[in-house]
Amino acid sequence: MNAPASPPSPYSASKAQSKIEQHTLSVLADNEPGVLARVVGLFSGRGYNIESLTVAEVVHAEHLSRITIRTSGAPETIDQIRHQLERLVPVRQVTDLSEGGKGLERELAMVKVRGRGENRADALQLADAFRARIVDATTESFIFELTGKPEKIDEFVDLMRPIGLVEVSRTGVAAISRGPQPI
Amino acid sequence: MSKEMTGAEMVVEALKDHGVDVLFGYPGGAVLPIYDVLFQQEAVRHILVRHEQGAAHAAEGYARSSGKVGALLVTSGPGATNTVTGLTDALMDSIPLVCITGQVPTHLIGSDAFQECDTVGITRHCTKHNYLVKSIDDLCRVLHEAFYVATNGRPGPVVVDIPKDVQFARGVYAPPHNVQHKTYNPQMDGDTALIREAVRMMASAQKPIFYTGGGVINSGSPASTLLRELVALTGFPITSTLMGLGAYPASGDAWLGMLGMHGTFEANNAMHDCDLMIAVGARFDDRITGRLDAFSPGSKKIHIDIDRSSINKNVKVDLAIVGDCGHVLEAMVRVWRSEAMHAEKQQLGDWWRQIDQWRGRKSLAFRNSDKVIKPQYAVQRLYELTKDKDVYITTEVGQHQMWAAQHFHFDEPNHWMTSGGLGTMGYGLPAAIGAQLAHPGSLVVDIAGEASILMCIQELSTAIQYRLPVKVFILNNEYMGMVRQWQELLHGGRYSHSYSEALPDFVKLAEAFGAKGVRCYDPAGLDAAIKEMLDYDGPVLFDCVVEKSENCFPMIPSGKAHNDMLLADLSDDAGIELGAVIDEKGKMLV
Ligand SMILES: Cc1ncc(C[n+]2csc(CCOP(=O)(O)OP(=O)(O)O)c2C)c(N)n1
Ligand SMILES: [Mg+2]
Repeated sequence: MNAPASPPSPYSASKAQSKIEQHTLSVLADNEPGVLARVVGLFSGRGYNIESLTVAEVVHAEHLSRITIRTSGAPETIDQIRHQLERLVPVRQVTDLSEGGKGLERELAMVKVRGRGENRADALQLADAFRARIVDATTESFIFELTGKPEKIDEFVDLMRPIGLVEVSRTGVAAISRGPQPI
Repeated sequence: MSKEMTGAEMVVEALKDHGVDVLFGYPGGAVLPIYDVLFQQEAVRHILVRHEQGAAHAAEGYARSSGKVGALLVTSGPGATNTVTGLTDALMDSIPLVCITGQVPTHLIGSDAFQECDTVGITRHCTKHNYLVKSIDDLCRVLHEAFYVATNGRPGPVVVDIPKDVQFARGVYAPPHNVQHKTYNPQMDGDTALIREAVRMMASAQKPIFYTGGGVINSGSPASTLLRELVALTGFPITSTLMGLGAYPASGDAWLGMLGMHGTFEANNAMHDCDLMIAVGARFDDRITGRLDAFSPGSKKIHIDIDRSSINKNVKVDLAIVGDCGHVLEAMVRVWRSEAMHAEKQQLGDWWRQIDQWRGRKSLAFRNSDKVIKPQYAVQRLYELTKDKDVYITTEVGQHQMWAAQHFHFDEPNHWMTSGGLGTMGYGLPAAIGAQLAHPGSLVVDIAGEASILMCIQELSTAIQYRLPVKVFILNNEYMGMVRQWQELLHGGRYSHSYSEALPDFVKLAEAFGAKGVRCYDPAGLDAAIKEMLDYDGPVLFDCVVEKSENCFPMIPSGKAHNDMLLADLSDDAGIELGAVIDEKGKMLV
């Protein structure tokens, strides 16, 4: 009965050591009352991360919603999240779009920038490089509309910060799988 | 055969159509229309509990002891919130319940109306699924779906919240007809290739063990029969969780006793040293595994479970078979037979010799006394004096629960009802009432603690009203014994608020309810007192005054491994500093 030395965590040493990965999960669910609360509640109740979440009905005739969730965690946590989601009664299908690079992700952002003179010119130039559109303009401000991968939007926002970033509104990620097959 | 009727009538019709013959409930404004329908029929027997928590636990006891779904009916607001503990209990232990709650009329929802609460919001996390039915057109479908979801796949509680105006509204009811859920279709059969692989692994194992859980019970009695067959075919040893007791008979040769925190020396050591673990309908709960990174380090693990999310949740396994354990066990028995498999006889012999050595340690032994009743002795005597009857045991939560699991032996499934996952004090008496209603001619005993029993003692009135002869066998140690034991082990014996001060006189309490009270202090008089309890045709509160400072052993202290158990004689006579046994990290655990 000689036990090995105490582990760093009383629960599981292995879990803590696993690499944290970012994954995008696509959830197809019946659009019934409370379905979003169930999904969100599952994440908060079990201590999983949500980095972004988008939801909209995608097949009106069948009342099917697609919920796209960006989450992060160790690979076994991501697996667990997937199976926990599958267990929800209204959920039809859960796909991990980050597996094997099969997912295509886009996000839309609106970015408000305030400034005069040189800053204004800088902002316009950068916007052009990022293919951002101007959707509102005053003599001292712009609102840019931009779509792309979340990382691209992050980059754009970072560049606008010193120029005069006021605020950002982002939709969260919408994702779909590449190729002819459905997700 | 669709018929037009009111929503309230639909509820009762659906109960009938789904074979519900007993409904536990408590009335109130928001369910009056349903109560009015109940008044005018006889097919569904309504049992008036004394607290809605009692309704939920009674429905659990009914379900667990009969293999059927448990049903309850409560009013809105406080009626619904009072069920939350019972629903959570059922969720943790995978008990199929359908709970109908009344709700304020649809036009008042959201207005903070009298006795309004967000029932579906509150119960979302403690049900398998729930519904708020806002239109009479949905009611029939939702009711059928509720029964389907509660009983299919991994069972669990389902709430159907019905506003009062929907109960009055008229609509069309159609009986259930091949109810299917458009999305929820759990996988029942295991993958054949994986089952073959599992059988191959089993045939070449040298130190195998079956580790089975509540899933075997939930799957229905064929699963228990098949499990026995597979154990007999393979000659492997078997242990079980608290929830799985009875699936394999305690009198069987291959039985090692319960495993886990208060499991036997042989079960835990065999789990630690095995080379192949076959987990069937069990979920690697922390009470079972002890310290995770030292859990059965050298074994390959096969996990059979109907819930995909239970696999690799706590312990990574080598082979996972998703499916109903009845179906999978059937296939395993078939494959084992058809391929004329036989286990490595010689090797298994070595394994069994090792196990016999561990058995020789007699880890459940205790030092008996002729002066004071030892709680273990009390359970032993209760077992000996009732084992020839068809006896159903429920428990509360604490030391008495563990002693019941260790010293009462179960040879059949569905005869043991205890709150395993949630550990709910107050479960046992209402659960006993539920079990008694499912088995009117049988003996039902709640093995209780003096603290726990006070949590749902009001249900004694229910037992009296319906002449349910449940026996409550209180191991009265005047302590919240399990709390006291942990305070002794972890907190330097500072017994903060764990003494059962100001206890009622249980004999007088029984009499006040109209039940019989029996008290016993003396080991020599115990048998006669138990017989007095058994001979009485009606509910009995038995105040069994036991040794106050007895600890429950064996024990794997929190944060320790299976092969690092505390055994009874280690700590007897306070010869050892128990506080030193658990390290700082273990103290953080529950
Ligand atoms: C509702 C609830 N509250 C608190 C606890 C924590 N708890 C676990 S065991 C226990 C003491 C039980 O005392 P008793 O019923 O006398 O049983 P004993 O351990 O003495 O056999 C307590 C308070 C619990 N399990 N359930
Ligand atoms: Mg006690």
